[in-house]
Amino acid sequence: MHTNEHTAQIEKFIIPIGPQHPALKEPGHFEFTVDGEIVTHASVRLGYAHRGIEKGVESRNWTQNLYLLERVCGICSHVHATAYCLGVEKLAGVEAPPRAQAIRELVAELERIHSHYLWLGVTAHEAGFDTLFMYTWRDRETVMDILEAISGNRVHYSANILGGVKFDLGEKEAQTIRQGLSFLEERTHHYLEVVSQDALFLQRTRGIGVMTLAQAETIGVIGPTARASGLARDVRLDDPYAAYDRFPVPIILDDRGDLSARVVVRLKELLASIETIRHILDDLPPGELTVRVPRKIKPGEAISRVEAPRGELFYFIKSNGSEMPERIHIRTPTLCNMASVLTLAVGHHLADMPMLLAGIDPCFSCNDRGIVVQYGGDDHDHWTWERLRQFGIDHYKQLESGVF
Amino acid sequence: MTLNLPTLWHDALEKVKTWARVNSPWLIHYNSGSCNGCDIEILATLTPRYDAERFGVKLQGSPRHADVLICTGPVTLQSKERLRRIYEQMPEPKFVVAVGSCAISGGVFDGCYNVVGHIDELLPVDMYIPGCPPRPEAILDGLVKLLRSLQDGQIERLETRPLAT
Repeated sequence: MHTNEHTAQIEKFIIPIGPQHPALKEPGHFEFTVDGEIVTHASVRLGYAHRGIEKGVESRNWTQNLYLLERVCGICSHVHATAYCLGVEKLAGVEAPPRAQAIRELVAELERIHSHYLWLGVTAHEAGFDTLFMYTWRDRETVMDILEAISGNRVHYSANILGGVKFDLGEKEAQTIRQGLSFLEERTHHYLEVVSQDALFLQRTRGIGVMTLAQAETIGVIGPTARASGLARDVRLDDPYAAYDRFPVPIILDDRGDLSARVVVRLKELLASIETIRHILDDLPPGELTVRVPRKIKPGEAISRVEAPRGELFYFIKSNGSEMPERIHIRTPTLCNMASVLTLAVGHHLADMPMLLAGIDPCFSCNDRGIVVQYGGDDHDHWTWERLRQFGIDHYKQLESGVF
Repeated sequence: MTLNLPTLWHDALEKVKTWARVNSPWLIHYNSGSCNGCDIEILATLTPRYDAERFGVKLQGSPRHADVLICTGPVTLQSKERLRRIYEQMPEPKFVVAVGSCAISGGVFDGCYNVVGHIDELLPVDMYIPGCPPRPEAILDGLVKLLRSLQDGQIERLETRPLAT
């Protein structure tokens, strides 16, 4: 047995990529076993951006955590804060006023526009289509300007506070948003034309990384990746939160399941988001922006789910009645979708790997988390701060002495 | 300089080298545990609205081709060795720019168990760009200031600075 394995290892040719690599701006290590140009096995090593946020929240109070959790991810910071606020509000037994909920939805949709534009640029870059990359990022500045005009910041907008939102939208802001949106809508139609007609881009996307509906269900993908395979999964419709029951978003589905479908689904989602924002602006409910949330939250457990630009984002929040949470668990969409990359990679050319990976819109700073799995038994294992830190140090010492 | 050339010739050569360096600094970017906020702002700096290529700035894939290392985020345990390795692979002279509050002080992640510290505990940093995240204009300003101090000879050569352990 041992000798067989040994021979097999000699024949293998493994290409390591990362954690510093030109393709993505985030650290992740991949190993592709290749036979000539064809990938026969793929594996991933994550955790370069693991900072220990889930443990960190336990030593900060409820309000401070809002700012820490926004920084789980710089691209979808608003959805993280929304999920956290919705969960804490549920625990405290309060509900944010309708106007605040509508503004939450509006900012979330603006964020989706900025995230999808960013993603389109990165994907175009991976495809070797840098012109499209530069154009999309130029147009993306429009939505960044809108976000800055309404919140005062380009990236971490900090729209949410516990019990509501921080800023109101006046007529002037609404005008700015409408103007920006009509420009973006026109550009999105143009990009939709480009990605479905440009011969070069189609060669890199059509028929690449095809995931059937059955496969999508088995692997458990979520978000636009699932919707591109015809799997109707969208938290905004399945379990409406914030103001999504009042201002629903149409679901965008595609049954082709390849990379091209993922591009088209995301671009059509842009149009859907633009339309939704217009509805919200037309019909913004009047009223207060915040309700009072107590400093100490009642003991209990709550879950909240929101639809991030990449898929379902899940928060579990447990309170013990003090000023600080007892436990917060975050489940981000990228890790759910990562399995699809590793499965689909087999049989494809090595050159398709960056495109396949970009196809799920990975976000490594979201997905680098640690989990302790305990099989059987009901004795509670308690991890203290010191124990966790010591475990980390020992773990990496062990790794450093190895291959890496 | 190891070449045994007359002083005049040596000075002229140095001038040409500085001129070349100031006009085409190539960057390498490493995210050692950042939230992406700074990374996308760095990328935005290179795209048409801000257009860092006006200053000859180009993002490079390989550390061996780069002059400036742009670091974002606090340093996590796992990326610590990688960051040091990337720095060591870069040819001399090399410069380090720390972008964002986390890179400068650990920022909001200060005290998280897997964060070992900030960039200048590990590498000698030449330019700090604060902000969470800094605006693209701020990043451009930082880069231009770095280039100017390089031109004026204000930055000491790296050979004289020891690496932190």
